Amino acid sequence: MSRKLPKKDVVVIGLGWTGSILANALTDEGLDVIAIERGPWRDAPTEFPPNYAQDELRYRIRHELFLRPEQNTFTFRNKMDQTALPIRDWGSFMPPNGVGGGGVHWNAETFRFMPSDFVLKTHLTERYGASFLPQDMTIQDWGVTYDDLEPHYDAFEYLCGTSGTAGNLRGQIQEGGNPFEGPRSRPYPTPAQKQPFSHTLFAKAARELGYKPFPQPSGNLSQAYTNPLGIRMGPCTYCGFCEWFGCGNYSKASPQTTILPLLIRKSNFALRDNSEVIRIELDRSGKRATGVTFVDTGGVEWQQPADLVILSAYTMFNVQLLLHSKIGAPYDPVANTGVVGRNFTHQTISSVNGFFDNKKFNFNPFISSGAIGMCIDEFNGDNFDHGPHGFVGGGYMGQVQTNGRPIQSTSVPPGTPKWGAAWKSAVRDNYLSTVRPGTGIHGSFYSYRDVYLDLDPTYKDRFGRPLMRLTIDFHDNELKQNAFLTDKFAEIIRAMGAHTVEKQYRKGPYDSTDYQTTHLNGGAIMGADPSTSAINRYLQSWDVPNLFVMGASAFPQNAGYNPTGTVAALAFWSAAAIRGQYLKNPGPLVHA
Amino acid sequence: MMKRRDFLAGTAILVFSTMNSRATVISGGLPWIPSAGTPPPPVRPGPWHYFTSDEGRAIEALADRIIPPDPQTPGGKDSGCAVFIDRQLAGPYGRAEGHYNQPPFLPGTKQQGWQSANGPAAIYREALIALDKYCQSKYQGKRFADLSDPEKDELLKGLEDDKVKLEGVDGKSFFALVIKDVQTGFFADPLYGGNRDMVAWKMIGFPGARYNYLDWVERHNERFPLPPVSITGRADWSPKT
Repeated sequence: MSRKLPKKDVVVIGLGWTGSILANALTDEGLDVIAIERGPWRDAPTEFPPNYAQDELRYRIRHELFLRPEQNTFTFRNKMDQTALPIRDWGSFMPPNGVGGGGVHWNAETFRFMPSDFVLKTHLTERYGASFLPQDMTIQDWGVTYDDLEPHYDAFEYLCGTSGTAGNLRGQIQEGGNPFEGPRSRPYPTPAQKQPFSHTLFAKAARELGYKPFPQPSGNLSQAYTNPLGIRMGPCTYCGFCEWFGCGNYSKASPQTTILPLLIRKSNFALRDNSEVIRIELDRSGKRATGVTFVDTGGVEWQQPADLVILSAYTMFNVQLLLHSKIGAPYDPVANTGVVGRNFTHQTISSVNGFFDNKKFNFNPFISSGAIGMCIDEFNGDNFDHGPHGFVGGGYMGQVQTNGRPIQSTSVPPGTPKWGAAWKSAVRDNYLSTVRPGTGIHGSFYSYRDVYLDLDPTYKDRFGRPLMRLTIDFHDNELKQNAFLTDKFAEIIRAMGAHTVEKQYRKGPYDSTDYQTTHLNGGAIMGADPSTSAINRYLQSWDVPNLFVMGASAFPQNAGYNPTGTVAALAFWSAAAIRGQYLKNPGPLVHA
Repeated sequence: MMKRRDFLAGTAILVFSTMNSRATVISGGLPWIPSAGTPPPPVRPGPWHYFTSDEGRAIEALADRIIPPDPQTPGGKDSGCAVFIDRQLAGPYGRAEGHYNQPPFLPGTKQQGWQSANGPAAIYREALIALDKYCQSKYQGKRFADLSDPEKDELLKGLEDDKVKLEGVDGKSFFALVIKDVQTGFFADPLYGGNRDMVAWKMIGFPGARYNYLDWVERHNERFPLPPVSITGRADWSPKT
């Protein structure tokens, strides 16, 4: 038996970036909003103050801020004919947990996707012909354009105080910025961060090779900033403990440092933490959500009725909740029918380490920030002619080294033993003089018919619900893309003056134990056609119009950038549609 | 405009929803929970928490072959790596706490990762017994810790190359686990028992748990001048008695 709570206007499932953005927008409309968050309350100055947050073992190696797989995990297999097994400890990605979600421990790289990314299918078909695309590739246009989203990208950047150099101001290409970006209506709110030595050296080498390097847009701020909500942030101190870590210095944009101090104080907002929504409830018609059912950490089940449901959990948990709530037709890759679970994607990451003469180079790798770096975009999206290369897609690349944390940053030249005296002296001799870009090549991952999400037939979560099953592998298109990009990247690292370069190509099969990024996407994608998308261009469920689904689960395929800027822009775009259209006339915003 | 002192003054309304639950309702103000994320108490040297004395000797011997001492920097044993592993195995890491530990446990592909019901603590116990057993049969009754350094290295190379087989245990992946744990302890904050006196950080030039490098970001190619510091400070910060 569940206990029933008083009805609210809006229930928000998950209080990360998108939940915070929606809750703030809808409370501004005067609505009574409750957010229900699986994990605990967390605040920057109390949970990760700068006097002890720099603990690599605790946060990076033992994953303190993340979801525990015992709470919820996934099963994984590469191919449809394999038996999926549970991911028992995190590997290739790291699902967040708790108030702030991934916004607490992201690196804060704040990119926009390119205009062509949103009309990908149309763009590539027009330029190369439909037969140039692999037969089982299922890429789609988004149903929304860059121009639709531009004001909302802008809103997120000004919320965060993003530090960067504009490359395209209202159509005018700007020196020092990314010339390939879509036009932006105004400059970044704060100038780009200062760059450490190796990042500067990369930019110089790239420029000499004819590329146009630009500073990575960063949510680690170059200077103090007060955002439009009146919340103040301080300059980043380059401590080198950013991704996987919380920032107690109010220097990294997160819900805690940009929204929550205002939102939590609103009288028409409440938050329930340590409470996991297990189902979205529907009325008898199955076309209207009546609220949600959640379970607190004491095991007590509660019902929270509401008129409007915002699903704003992490990608796969959005999809899992839709499937468990029987909203939308589950995707069937054999029949090629259904929508919930289709077009699941990740990212295609690789890197190249450069080893330099330690008598001439000292990079002080520990002086860094999460979104520091100098990048080039010549090989992203369709910025180059793919005709001769036989693949589509690409990524940005750059010296984006975020840290010199020693458990994971003591790289040694290829051929060095993994232990013993030779290993020890190689670590000593190379630590300060190695360029280790980490996610140096940030490649796209396009969608395929046999890469998808569904419910596992065997393994269950702690409530007895089937786990999500991930069926995912790299296809030749992405591996070819990665080989091409990795070789190009290595040329720049070599030109920086490295005596040895170590190319770490991304190779198949997809490995669930090898960290890439937490940029998993799709499964509840947006689009113009309800037979191939779960939500419309405003992120509104085609099946249940008083349900909106936020997050990267909406991406029909992944571009060669970090997703958070686009995830947040979509949230602002959806919030504007709810405020401007839906609340005046609740019902479907698009009639298909 | 919202200022930081307002955060401190804010009063949170926390309503505990049920007994035995950590769930709260937060409304009206930001909760202020001082030291909510305090680090664990520092590891103190002393008796083993998990290992038997034979196991402890074996791990110290392994730690010293993975990170041999040299004139400038102590090896794995004297830098505390065995103590680090012992305390880790006695804690949540040893029990694989927080991992998904539901059956069935089926063999999978390399890409599917760890699929064992055993946590690291159980794996160390089984493997160290098998390692000593192997040594006793191969080296006239000697345990691993009693072998000469060249004998140890030869054996470890054999494990690494999958040429030495231990009875009932995957020796190659066990040795990979020990390498990972020893090196992790060497470079982790001294709080956890390894990296004693920050020897590993001094060796490589890592300044430790510092938080502000603003004045050094643009001093390109200049060595950072300050010595390392741990989360718990530095020995020379404590008053001498």
